[in-house]
Amino acid sequence: MNKREGEGCPRKNADALQDRDASATQASPIITVFKVFQQELDTKHDKYERLVKISRDVTIESKRTIFLLHRVTSVADPEEILNEADVKLDAVRQKIGQIAEELRGEDIFQFHRAFTPGIQEYVEAVSFLHYIRHRSLISLEEINARLVFMRTEKVDVKGSAEALPPGAQVLTFQVTPADYLLGVADLTGELMRMCISSVGNGDIDTPFQLSQFLRQIHDGFSYIGNTGPYEVSKKLHTLRQSLGKVEDACYTLRVRGSEIPKHMLADVFSSRTTLIDPEEGVV
Amino acid sequence: MSVTEMFSYIQGFLSADQDVREDIRKVVQLLEQTAREILTVLQSVHQPSGFKEIPSKCAKARELFCTVKTHLADLKTKFPVEQYYRFHEHWRFVLQRLAFLSAFVVYLETETLVTREDVAQILGIEVVREKGFHLDIEDYLAGVLIMASELSRLAVNSVTAGDYTRPLRISNFINELDSGFRLLNLKNDPLRKRYDGLKYDVKKIEEVVYDLSIRGLAKEPESGGDK
Repeated sequence: MNKREGEGCPRKNADALQDRDASATQASPIITVFKVFQQELDTKHDKYERLVKISRDVTIESKRTIFLLHRVTSVADPEEILNEADVKLDAVRQKIGQIAEELRGEDIFQFHRAFTPGIQEYVEAVSFLHYIRHRSLISLEEINARLVFMRTEKVDVKGSAEALPPGAQVLTFQVTPADYLLGVADLTGELMRMCISSVGNGDIDTPFQLSQFLRQIHDGFSYIGNTGPYEVSKKLHTLRQSLGKVEDACYTLRVRGSEIPKHMLADVFSSRTTLIDPEEGVV
Repeated sequence: MSVTEMFSYIQGFLSADQDVREDIRKVVQLLEQTAREILTVLQSVHQPSGFKEIPSKCAKARELFCTVKTHLADLKTKFPVEQYYRFHEHWRFVLQRLAFLSAFVVYLETETLVTREDVAQILGIEVVREKGFHLDIEDYLAGVLIMASELSRLAVNSVTAGDYTRPLRISNFINELDSGFRLLNLKNDPLRKRYDGLKYDVKKIEEVVYDLSIRGLAKEPESGGDK
């Protein structure tokens, strides 16, 4: 390929360039290094895409769990639903295990954007379940404690290059405080819905408990204010709205509760929720 | 754990995070300052008189890169090394500029494409993530692309300064670079946007080469070749 070097004929120059372009594909050092870059970028992008996919699965399953949990207000035996939700969340945790697997030895923040929606949704689901069971806020440690995975001699389908040492291997996944915070912010929307629907079912105590709990969370968020990530301040607005709805509901319960029989209260509230619903959007 | 406790724990975490970011921002500002100084030094190669001074300008720039090294060494101490990407956004931009400046200096000196290893060495950082503060491949590539548009300017200005052979060499170089970039499967990200600008640089240089060729200007100085 050196033949052409130093060729000065202007007419041929354009041709020469093209030829060079073609011959460069084989030998030029620039092309050689770019081949390496190509591989490196592809590997990175593939990993990113895989994570996005898993994250999407996590989101879908978590959302389903949340829907399932909403049914808790309308059935006789809540325990059954809670257990079913637990099973579902176990499956989600397995998925998160796959994320942890992908992130082994990586900088998790490099790929954080890929899986943060899924994790937030998971936090929302798991904290919702926790609230229904224990009427309290799940802590970050409690969430992380359940995201420890044992991998025993797992021969991976993906055939990851590194040979896993035989025997058990502990893999952990850490939810970042920011993701936790955003998940909890989403939880408040679910709690608001639960409040309204429990009124519809003639449950008078739950709304008051919920409004107290929501107020605590609201105070917590106000305390954090805008020091948190940008998304938090956005969600704070939605949180305020939810809290307002729950407080209104409690107010109505107190005022009207004394004059309307229980079974009719449901009607009052179902007309209220239709008023509220349109602006709610997809939370 | 009560709700309040939980939130104050998170708040503690967040404010620690902000402190770190504040520290990083300060160092990055210094880095940007130095990067601008280097750029100013190198800009003079576009002056007609600057062409003879290229070696001395490069030497001057290399001196300034020592300052960059100190700042970067300082930056490394500001955050836990394994959390590079958590704060990446803060220095991404300046690191791209620095990659560009290194690439430009190396091109002016040797007319070759700087390797990622060389950039890392000039900046006193690593190539591989596992080894510590490193140069992300996309930042390196972005730097190279910035250089491409700088070179298209240089091609134009070297003609003005009476150097008719340099545009041809630049043209070869950029073409090779372009076919290199064509190998990459870029996603719809900032790097892709940068790469999309490369074709305009290629076009501009080709126009310069065309103008020179059609007037026979490219011929004479190269008569030293095998003709």
